[in-house]
Amino acid sequence: MIAVFLEHHEGELQKGALGVLGKAAQLGDEVAGVVLGSGVKDLAAQAGRFGAAKVFVADDPALEAPLPQPRVDALAHLVREEGVDTVLFAASVLSADVAAGLAARLDAGLNWDLVDLAKDDGNLVGKRPALEDTVYVDVGWTGEPRLAMFRPGTFDPAETGGEAEVADFSPPQFEDFSTQATMLEQAHAESEGPSIEDADVIVAGGRGLGSPENFSLVEALAKALGGAVAATRAVVDAGWYPYATQVGQTGKTVSPRLYIACGISGAIQHKVGMQGSGVVIAINKDPNAPIFEFADLGVVGDLNEVVPKLTQLVEQRK
Amino acid sequence: MKIAVCVKHVPDATVTKRIDPQTKRLDRSGEGALNPFDTQAVEEALQIKERDGEGEVVLISMGPERALDSLRKALAMGADRAILVSDEQVAGSDLVATSRVLAAVLEREGAELVVFGQQGGDSDGAVLGAAVADRLRRPLVSQVAELEIADGKLKGKRQTEFGYDVIEAPLPAVVAVSDAINEPRYPSLKGIMGAKKKPQETVSASDLGLEADKLGEAGSGTSVVALNDPPARGDALKIEDDGSAAEKIVDFLAERKLL
Amino acid sequence: MSVRPSEYPPPFSAAEFIAEPTDPPDERIEVGVLIVGAGPAGLACAIRLGQLLEEQPELAAGLGDVPVAVLEKGKQPGSHAVSGAVVNPRGLRRLFRGSVAIEDMPFYGEVEAESVYFMKRSSAIRIPTPPTMKNHGNYVASLSQLTRWLAERAEEAGATILPETAGEKLLVADGRVRGVRTGDKGRGRDGQPLTNFEPGSDITAPVTILCEGTQGHLTGVALDRFGLQSDNPQVWALGVKEVWKVARPLKRVIHTMGWPLRPGAKYREFGGSFIYPMGDDMVTLGMVVGLDHRDAELSVHDLLQELKTHRLVRRILEGGERIGWGAKTIPEGGFVAMPKRLHAPGLLFCGDGAGLVNVPALKGIHYAVESGRLAAEAAFGALQPGRTPWAPGGLQPYDEAVRESFIWNDLEQVRNMRQAFGRGFYLGGMMAGAMTASLGKFPPGNAKTERDADQPLFRTGRAKSYPAPDGKLTFDKLSSVYLSGNKTRDDAPNHIRIRPRVPRELGEAWVHMCPAQVYELGEGDGEVDVEVTPSNCVQCGAITAKGGRLTPPEGGSGPEYTLT
Repeated sequence: MIAVFLEHHEGELQKGALGVLGKAAQLGDEVAGVVLGSGVKDLAAQAGRFGAAKVFVADDPALEAPLPQPRVDALAHLVREEGVDTVLFAASVLSADVAAGLAARLDAGLNWDLVDLAKDDGNLVGKRPALEDTVYVDVGWTGEPRLAMFRPGTFDPAETGGEAEVADFSPPQFEDFSTQATMLEQAHAESEGPSIEDADVIVAGGRGLGSPENFSLVEALAKALGGAVAATRAVVDAGWYPYATQVGQTGKTVSPRLYIACGISGAIQHKVGMQGSGVVIAINKDPNAPIFEFADLGVVGDLNEVVPKLTQLVEQRK
Repeated sequence: MKIAVCVKHVPDATVTKRIDPQTKRLDRSGEGALNPFDTQAVEEALQIKERDGEGEVVLISMGPERALDSLRKALAMGADRAILVSDEQVAGSDLVATSRVLAAVLEREGAELVVFGQQGGDSDGAVLGAAVADRLRRPLVSQVAELEIADGKLKGKRQTEFGYDVIEAPLPAVVAVSDAINEPRYPSLKGIMGAKKKPQETVSASDLGLEADKLGEAGSGTSVVALNDPPARGDALKIEDDGSAAEKIVDFLAERKLL
Repeated sequence: MSVRPSEYPPPFSAAEFIAEPTDPPDERIEVGVLIVGAGPAGLACAIRLGQLLEEQPELAAGLGDVPVAVLEKGKQPGSHAVSGAVVNPRGLRRLFRGSVAIEDMPFYGEVEAESVYFMKRSSAIRIPTPPTMKNHGNYVASLSQLTRWLAERAEEAGATILPETAGEKLLVADGRVRGVRTGDKGRGRDGQPLTNFEPGSDITAPVTILCEGTQGHLTGVALDRFGLQSDNPQVWALGVKEVWKVARPLKRVIHTMGWPLRPGAKYREFGGSFIYPMGDDMVTLGMVVGLDHRDAELSVHDLLQELKTHRLVRRILEGGERIGWGAKTIPEGGFVAMPKRLHAPGLLFCGDGAGLVNVPALKGIHYAVESGRLAAEAAFGALQPGRTPWAPGGLQPYDEAVRESFIWNDLEQVRNMRQAFGRGFYLGGMMAGAMTASLGKFPPGNAKTERDADQPLFRTGRAKSYPAPDGKLTFDKLSSVYLSGNKTRDDAPNHIRIRPRVPRELGEAWVHMCPAQVYELGEGDGEVDVEVTPSNCVQCGAITAKGGRLTPPEGGSGPEYTLT
């Protein structure tokens, strides 16, 4: 049986985890979701719509705060009791700690940063990019249980409808050390647009914008896409935009799913700050700008024309 | 207070990395350096020691002989001692095997605080700290962007997708710092010249009481099956705007489910 | 109305970089011999000192905890090393005295065959190899790799190498050199100290040996301070090279002259290209052009890209992949531009910093090694009990040894050749031939050199013929800087001194000259603002030849060459 760790936050199951659930359902084995928390039984039932035949729930005050170690105890218990041979995670700050702790607890192999999972001759094979996406590696496990963590946003959740059987599993004995870390203050989703480190989509502006006023084009596109605005060191130095939005070697490192670079040449000091982005689109009027060497889609053109039009089209689709 | 910092020697980011097609492992024979994320962990440990006015910062690493170069750099920053687990048998260790070895050394050391950097640069998994914490049976706080230690407790501001949590845990504990935590110091010349004289111990796996079947590939839970070229995701497209670029961008995004 | 770069001197004075030691005595670092620069000269010096100190351990003990220290501003030895290179093994043989065989040195093989071509746009005429360029018995090497190997030997010999450490100021007191003050680290864009600010340190030693290479910063400062500049100003060439993985092995060493350089005397385009095999699967090729060129649009990087489009070169690179790039200046004044003396109280000058380069033969590495070796012997002699290294004449034996060595002999023979080419390619070529045949006796006397920055600039529209980078055969400057491994932090302070506002023609000359796209121009027709992106700088030194001044940036910054 494959178990999928379903992370939730403020009453919602996380999209990434639901995506992994959908993928697991395609593999043909018995698939169960796992929801751990306090007061989460209703949440558990929702997992059925996204591909789970069964959902295991552990409801306990010790699991209320999104801390990893009590979750390791719960999952370890589940694996031993329910014959789970595979546990899947969608990568997140919490999941990484849980998956790794579980790997140590069970001496179970953990493959991370996977972008796909398949059955090959009865064996499970994961696929992950390596060396800045220049190589794809097929990875496997030497025993069971098999633990796997998927790159954020790899799979989109698919509502297949359906109901899941919800199974309470009695909260395990928590290890003494697992409950030693306590949450004093918990983070809440920001009310104003995402900060650039957390953003899924970033629209960035560079010197090619020509003037600080042109950042309004960048802002409009970011708003339309629900993303954040970032800037290069050159324009931050020139006072066009605040340092908090600077992406690059001496600014922030970001890895959104989509990075749109407007009027940015693509010097290495900028590239190192955003090369982990999923998809990079560059708009620049200089056809020789180095950014075109690593952009997935390069548009040689006048950003004053392209960007407003793009913003308009995106808004129309919403 | 004794603080142990786990550090890793990684291939240089600028040298073209390759996976050795024979062993299917990362070819680490080129230049290497101290993992930049780990220099932040060392820096944090040094700052704690300086605030306390006393204590010891011990570096722990697992890797080939040349990892001593990176350890020396951290000693030059101000760490006191270094322990390197250098053993043919540990080559090819995955998370399960590596965490086992590090936990064994850390048990021997008995540090009150164990510090990790955010991630191991070359394989980029922010996972080692959690695995080691479980083996040591200690509380873990990861992605710490601000750290306070007082009265036998630590308080960490933890960076998550949703903002910052504030988490408290009693010592002894394990902490993995985020890359927002600090700006590492440059070693002073005196530090660099003094580093060679600081104690540097090399241990083998058997010194730690670990058997061969728990090490390296034999002790790993994962394996590399094959290396492939990345799927042709269409060569990078480059188009000139003839008035329709915006539409083409939208199509491109829609195709990739980014809209 | 033409502009001369020398009319717009940069805000720089050597006096700024001379100081007395200021660190309190317990914070000062004292070493036995302080070598600045872990290149072939500095490392040969360290190795020879190690040999000598082993023979006389009491002297070594008397030099303290660190008898020999070598400062290196790059990330590690070799990070800033760029050369062709075809190395004459003579210097290394003398250095290792048989203890290391040539086979154990990191060479890519002995030169088997060589060709020299005179190029035109669509043809290449083979010409007989000029005698000065014959490479029989020489070996192809990557200077960066050779340097790394020498560094290991130096450490084995007991030297302490301090990488990421720039020598910023010369410490002088009581008329003698006391040592060097290293550069600060952790300053921001405007020079302000950042949270991890680390001030430099005073390193003092009885003998300091400057092995900084081309455009050596402290070398320039010292020559000025002690009045040792030759009456003939030093001149430089800029070399830009690439390393390629190739599909078919190249079996010979190739040099070219002519296209894309222009032969007319008014252009003063002295130089050519080299293509060397590095083993069976790699090739290195580069373009070298004198910085006394007058065309404001001349860009050595782009000329290299243009060269690659020639049939001869294209064939060699077909099916290959670019894996390395680098740029650095070469001192070309030769014998007549050497300093008046190679020593000052407590100080010695070696290698390229002292201008020890044989331009017609394109050789300097073995002179660097030999001069480093001789400097070690002079320093060792001066440190013997009862002697004071900084007393007048204390280090004179070094000058005498160099005069007796093959360095002096070789450089004197070819002393007028480079200057002859100031008369244009054909006349210069004939004169060079006569010089070679007469072993330097004809023409008599020493031809003068003129400062590169004194050459008037004009535009010729040549930039239009530079190929647009295609990312496969030809490349732009920014991605080349990336390939050099340059990771200089982008909030680093500006280490390049130039007049911030200059006539457009001069600004354009800088833009084209710089292989790393450091300079960008603002708007304006007459005078323009010059914007500097110091984090792109690969520290080639070209700006110092053409009206600006390169000062040492933060230690550890700049390129991280491995194959150049």
